[in-house]
Amino acid sequence: MTDQLKPAVRLTALRKSFGAFEVLKGISLEAMEGDVVSILGSSGSGKSTMLRCINMLETPDSGRIEVGGETIQLKQAGGRTRPADRHQLQRMRASIGMVFQNFNLWSHMTILENLIEAPIHVQKRSRADCVEEAEALLEKVGIAEKRNHYPAHLSGGQQQRAAIARALAQHPKVMLFDEPTSALDPELVGEVLRVMRALAEEGRTMLVVTHEMGFARDVSSKVVFLHKGAVEAEGSPHDMFATGRSDCFRQFLSGGGGLK
Amino acid sequence: MDLPFLYETLLKLLTGVPLTLQLAVSSVGLGAVLAVMLALARLSGLRLLAWPASFYVFIFRSTPLLVQIFLIYHGLGQFHAVRTSFLWPLLREPYWCALIALTLNTAAYSCEIVRGALLSVPSGQIEAARACGMSSFTLHRRIVFPLALRHALPGYGNEFILMIKSTALASIITLMEVTGLAAQLISESFRAIEILIVAAAIYLSMNFIVTRLVQWAEYALSAELRPPPAAASGQGATL
Repeated sequence: MTDQLKPAVRLTALRKSFGAFEVLKGISLEAMEGDVVSILGSSGSGKSTMLRCINMLETPDSGRIEVGGETIQLKQAGGRTRPADRHQLQRMRASIGMVFQNFNLWSHMTILENLIEAPIHVQKRSRADCVEEAEALLEKVGIAEKRNHYPAHLSGGQQQRAAIARALAQHPKVMLFDEPTSALDPELVGEVLRVMRALAEEGRTMLVVTHEMGFARDVSSKVVFLHKGAVEAEGSPHDMFATGRSDCFRQFLSGGGGLK
Repeated sequence: MDLPFLYETLLKLLTGVPLTLQLAVSSVGLGAVLAVMLALARLSGLRLLAWPASFYVFIFRSTPLLVQIFLIYHGLGQFHAVRTSFLWPLLREPYWCALIALTLNTAAYSCEIVRGALLSVPSGQIEAARACGMSSFTLHRRIVFPLALRHALPGYGNEFILMIKSTALASIITLMEVTGLAAQLISESFRAIEILIVAAAIYLSMNFIVTRLVQWAEYALSAELRPPPAAASGQGATL
């Protein structure tokens, strides 16, 4: 069974420094198709930076990023690493859904317009198809009645659900979540987690940077714990939470690093 | 009050309105294109582009518009190279000299309006667009410019009003727009107060309309700032 699965995301020896501070110290990570990988770690451990390297919102200094079996081409120019092929990068980004901590919906567009924007203008699909599909997605995340509202009219939880729908509208192979519930009021966290749980049950490949231990323990197929820019421990949720793979991780859990 | 004279003056001065508007609208339009290019150059992070753009803004903002008009109209003709160049048919015409001076001047001010507006676009929304796979061109066309326009409008309305008034300076180089006609009428009748009041009233009316147009544009582009549509508006895709 397992050997039929292909890696959806594979990071190899990823390194990244901001000035003298080395955020990622050679991180390697693999997510199979259908995996839900929770990435945990205290603030400054490099988990967001690592996630943002996958769609090149941050450019790693060195290392290798493969998504869906395709490697993102990098080149060295002027002492910096850059994407080598703009068109490849844009094509790959279109197949990677990203959900941000602060939603980042486009404020001048209605919710429906937010959903159809990239499918129409990046993926060049027909407007009618995109609208139809967007309406189904809004139905699915439970905000169909907000289709003609602007982001500012929605609560944080609704905005985040709209942002998830926007990412899904591009038919992504992989979904990246960068602390999707960290900017939400506590009573709004549940509605977003429910949507994410439903996506996990559909078998979507998801990489989730989170502080929601409940989600990590109950929903993910794999938990990765980052500490000071390196993978300190990884394993199934059961192994990680029940036995505690590393002292650091136990300390992180008991120290309440975002624990609720 | 000599109402028949005022009415007669009004009719005469109104014939200058098309030229005034033409100068203002063309210079603001052309100036806007130049301003966007200058602002992008200043924000490009490339010193070879940013520095000349900054220098341009510094020069045109820091010298009087009247001096710029004189320099272009009287100054350029002093050079043999200019008089023999293909541009001379344009540069010897007061109309084109005024339009060029007004355009170059407004571009410098507008560059700063546009630059401020571009800087105000939330970086998260730009990041979301990049994450979707948008090219730089699509990103600017669909996200950055529409958002920047909303920030630029109030400042740009101001600039448009200033430019309508600045066209009065074109009368100095013989253009018969509203102020030019007024000056001519004054020299014929010596009734300066009445004529200037009529001229002022014409500028006031033009700027009243411009103010309203800008207000309307601001309203049309700010649906996201108003209360959401009523709950009943669930149906009816108006896309």
